[in-house]
Amino acid sequence: MGRLVIEGLQTRNGGPFSFSVERGECVTLYGPSGCGKTLLLRAIADLDPAEGTVLLDGESRAGMTAPQWRKKVGWLAAESAWWFDRVGEHFPMVGKVNGDFPDVWKKRIQCLEQLGFGEEVLGWRIERMSTGEKQRLALFRLLLNEPQVLLLDEPTAALDPTNVFVMEKVIGEFRRSTGAAVVWVSHDPEQVQRVADHSLKFNGSRLEAAE
Amino acid sequence: MNGIVLLSPVDLSLAALLVIALALVSRRLELKIGGRLLISALRMVIQLSLIGIVLKALFSSGAPGWVALMALVMLLTAGREVRARQKYRLRGLWGFNIGLGAMFVSSFAVSVLALTAVVRADPWYAPRYAIPLLGMLLGNTMNGVAIASNSLTQAVHAQRTVIETRLALGQTKCEAMADLRRESIRTGLIPIINSMAAAGVVSLPGMMTGQILAGNPPGDAVKYQILIMFLIAAGTGFGTLAAVWVTACRLFDERDRLRLDRLER
Repeated sequence: MGRLVIEGLQTRNGGPFSFSVERGECVTLYGPSGCGKTLLLRAIADLDPAEGTVLLDGESRAGMTAPQWRKKVGWLAAESAWWFDRVGEHFPMVGKVNGDFPDVWKKRIQCLEQLGFGEEVLGWRIERMSTGEKQRLALFRLLLNEPQVLLLDEPTAALDPTNVFVMEKVIGEFRRSTGAAVVWVSHDPEQVQRVADHSLKFNGSRLEAAE
Repeated sequence: MNGIVLLSPVDLSLAALLVIALALVSRRLELKIGGRLLISALRMVIQLSLIGIVLKALFSSGAPGWVALMALVMLLTAGREVRARQKYRLRGLWGFNIGLGAMFVSSFAVSVLALTAVVRADPWYAPRYAIPLLGMLLGNTMNGVAIASNSLTQAVHAQRTVIETRLALGQTKCEAMADLRRESIRTGLIPIINSMAAAGVVSLPGMMTGQILAGNPPGDAVKYQILIMFLIAAGTGFGTLAAVWVTACRLFDERDRLRLDRLER
């Protein structure tokens, strides 16, 4: 599932951009600050108005509602936002039945454990979490939608090396097991080396293939 | 006691001195509100003096055309007042029309209902009843609408990342806005809820006090006050709901995108 095709997408400060990401492929984007990487991801997620065509498995996003599109094409912001008091309230239908998690959630708890959390994290208060913890849980929250495309905006910028590794591993496993396409904005050339199948770089307001 | 104690200009100046003293103190404290306080006070004096004359003429004529014109002027002024109290407002006519529409629908509907079904004056638009009733309704609805819209747009501005994160997770604009919408409607309704709860115990409402001062029996004044409180609560409530609803919708486009560019400072 998930071949993302972008044709002539015009964002507020650049474009037109055209590129495609195959099923299960990871494409990294890099370029100087302010070159429009974030705006490009937001335009793909349909969070900003943008001219152009975006297709998922040949199906245009114009043919579905914006919420349907965004469930399939998940955007992870550089800075995560939380609005309820406790972590668990942000996840749909979480809770124990007869003292145990339902089967769906057992698999999800494994994912939480991979990200370095026990199930007690569900009861944590938002204000006690560090930026890095919030970012890892924001990834978990996004993966609950089982998106077919991941749009990651510097997902590991605020993390220490151990957690960077953990995030890369979880994203990589999700990509391989579900065949999701990944667009990954990164500042770190070594990270690009580690995760990218292809790499695109911004040249002014255009994208070109990096070596 | 027969007749009422008439107030002389000297009596009013004494009371005005208090407001001037307050303005001086705010200036000392650098609250930067002394100027606005004095201008509002001055506006109040001029507007009320003029309305005294206008009402006298209106009551003696009683023509429906004049009553309607008066009502229209009141409504437009209330709309302007709501707009002026917003920190962020919707661009273009929307910023003006939403408040105006909400107040028109709620205040006018409630006034007409009250005049025809409850008060049953003859004719129903008799200015002695229609104008004060509409005035009290508009004044309160205006507060509710202004407070609630302001709180909504400020909250949306401050919580932009939260709203967009929720949208990005596949929530609709309604789901993403539910908490903020609820919160701002509540903020707009708190003043009228408080004043109903405190009426008669903590505060004696202005209209009732006025009637009693004018020599009417307290029992009658109370009945009118109860009617007015109900009407104000309904008018403010529905007006606030409508304004918040439409404003919240207008902050998004047809693809459920948050459009803060539709707001201006």
